Amino acid sequence: MSGPRGAIEVSGLTVRFGGVTSLDAMSVTFERGTCGLIGPNGAGKTTFFNVLSGFVRPAAGTVRAFGEDLLSMAHFRRARWGVRRTFQTEQAIEELSVFDNVAMVHEHSRLGGTSRRRDVLGAISFVGLDADPYAKVAALAAGQRRLVEVARAVVGRPKLVLLDEPAAGLPDEETEHLGAVIRAIGEQTGALTILVDHDMSLVSACCSTTAVLDFGRLIASGPTAEVLRDDRVISAYLGTAEVETS
Amino acid sequence: MLDVAEAAAGARPRWPLRRPDTRTLTRAGVIGVLLAFVLFALPQLLSLYYVDAMTQVAVYSMVTLGLGVLVGRVGLVSLGQVAVLAIGAWTAARLLFATSMPYPLVLLEAGVITMVAGMVIGLPALRLRGLYLALITLMLAGAITVVLATVNFPNGGHGFLGYNGSSVHIPPIRRPGIAASDPAYFRFAVVVAALMFLLAAVHLRTRPGRAWAAIRQSEPAALAAGINTTLYKLWALALASFITGVAGGVLAGAVHYLYSIDFPTQDSITLLAVVLMGGAYSLWGAVIAALLLQLLPALLNNWGVSADWLTILFGLGVLQVLTTAPAGLADQVPKDLARLGRLLRALARRLAPSGGPE
Repeated sequence: MSGPRGAIEVSGLTVRFGGVTSLDAMSVTFERGTCGLIGPNGAGKTTFFNVLSGFVRPAAGTVRAFGEDLLSMAHFRRARWGVRRTFQTEQAIEELSVFDNVAMVHEHSRLGGTSRRRDVLGAISFVGLDADPYAKVAALAAGQRRLVEVARAVVGRPKLVLLDEPAAGLPDEETEHLGAVIRAIGEQTGALTILVDHDMSLVSACCSTTAVLDFGRLIASGPTAEVLRDDRVISAYLGTAEVETS
Repeated sequence: MLDVAEAAAGARPRWPLRRPDTRTLTRAGVIGVLLAFVLFALPQLLSLYYVDAMTQVAVYSMVTLGLGVLVGRVGLVSLGQVAVLAIGAWTAARLLFATSMPYPLVLLEAGVITMVAGMVIGLPALRLRGLYLALITLMLAGAITVVLATVNFPNGGHGFLGYNGSSVHIPPIRRPGIAASDPAYFRFAVVVAALMFLLAAVHLRTRPGRAWAAIRQSEPAALAAGINTTLYKLWALALASFITGVAGGVLAGAVHYLYSIDFPTQDSITLLAVVLMGGAYSLWGAVIAALLLQLLPALLNNWGVSADWLTILFGLGVLQVLTTAPAGLADQVPKDLARLGRLLRALARRLAPSGGPE
């Protein structure tokens, strides 16, 4: 199966939880590189990630990832294929060491064991984690744990990296460092990255294109700067933020 | 020069082995010395009464090990482990009466057969967690107890069940030739238990251990890491059942005669209690749990105190563990000892300046 260009093509994706429609006929194409996905709380961003990870079965729609039908794969097989994600509430495994956290992903990827140690240490140094790789994650600070999660997302030849609010709760300088890491993911791994975050400066700094969800509907997509100037986006998202802050 | 060194390092599969640091070596040394003491000195020091009690400790340390892996590492609460032990004991007894296979081979077979049975009993674990899983395993264990009470343990009779209700001279279940006496059988039980602990430790330090840690903390995170959670849960059930089945086989030779009344369903609850008290997150916890479960009643009996008091003690112990020390005694005791050490050092420092110069 040969895919058209390098892209994630979503068409007519609909997710319902009981009477609530979380995603409403979402159709969008994410091109190679780093793409932003923004929207107010409850817009359906995490639901979209959960569909891509296989945790949520959509009522309708298809997702073609580099020409392959992503939704037909079992959830645990998607990591082997190349889907990686981080979670809104960080999920580094506390009782394992940093090394084991990353190795865990590598040993369920397509890569063999011979390069494992080098790849795992490479991923840890790629994210710039300044900690003993054999220290338990439980002993790390919040920002370091986020980096462990990102290291897990870039190890073992990922094709699609989903970052769900990786900068939430981080101080500015750590967010800046994280931004630099995210910008480098594409070049390091060749993966397409989708970044969900509420920090608009981070999204602007990392993403050339951005899609906007509101109440499960895609209301805009295109170059990030244009999208952020879009009236519908401002009224749906930034507008409410202004009212809240004033 | 550097390239050569790198190539050499790359050619040797260094992963997952890391150069052992001094701490690991110290730990291995301590375990070695302890094992040597238990194997060679302990049977000389103890009376036959306590040698038998310690054989039970060795047997039950495997049972608590299996449950500890399920509860502490994977997060599956099973209340059916005594029934699994009974299956292992039954299978081993049947094979020991029917064949003249070497004892270790019988243990292996009992382990494998129990593994299959335990996986079937544990199938609900793939769908259920927590209280509901505990309830289902408890009820399955109850069913097995009922079946066992009906078919009885083999006593040298014929047929598939090997039970002869009218036999007058019941032959004892045999022991390995080299371990016929009680002290020798104790050593045999300790060696088997040590091998089972090694098996568990290898699992915990490699791929399944990492997968179980992920599953216990967060199944979504495990799935996102590419871990087939169903497979690894089944793997944990298989490992725990195998170890428990082997324990059943060792138990059969230890007691010579097996009765279904020795495997009451409610013992599985006590088992969970001592596993929590000993510490479900550490392999040492399994040893402590077995000591609580088997040595403590032996001590109390010897002192003329009813072992029934232990039910109350274990109840209080679990309460204490769940409220103040979730990692159990295996975690609490070293911490308390370290605290005591710091206190003594501080005391010594305070006394030294006043006492020193004068």
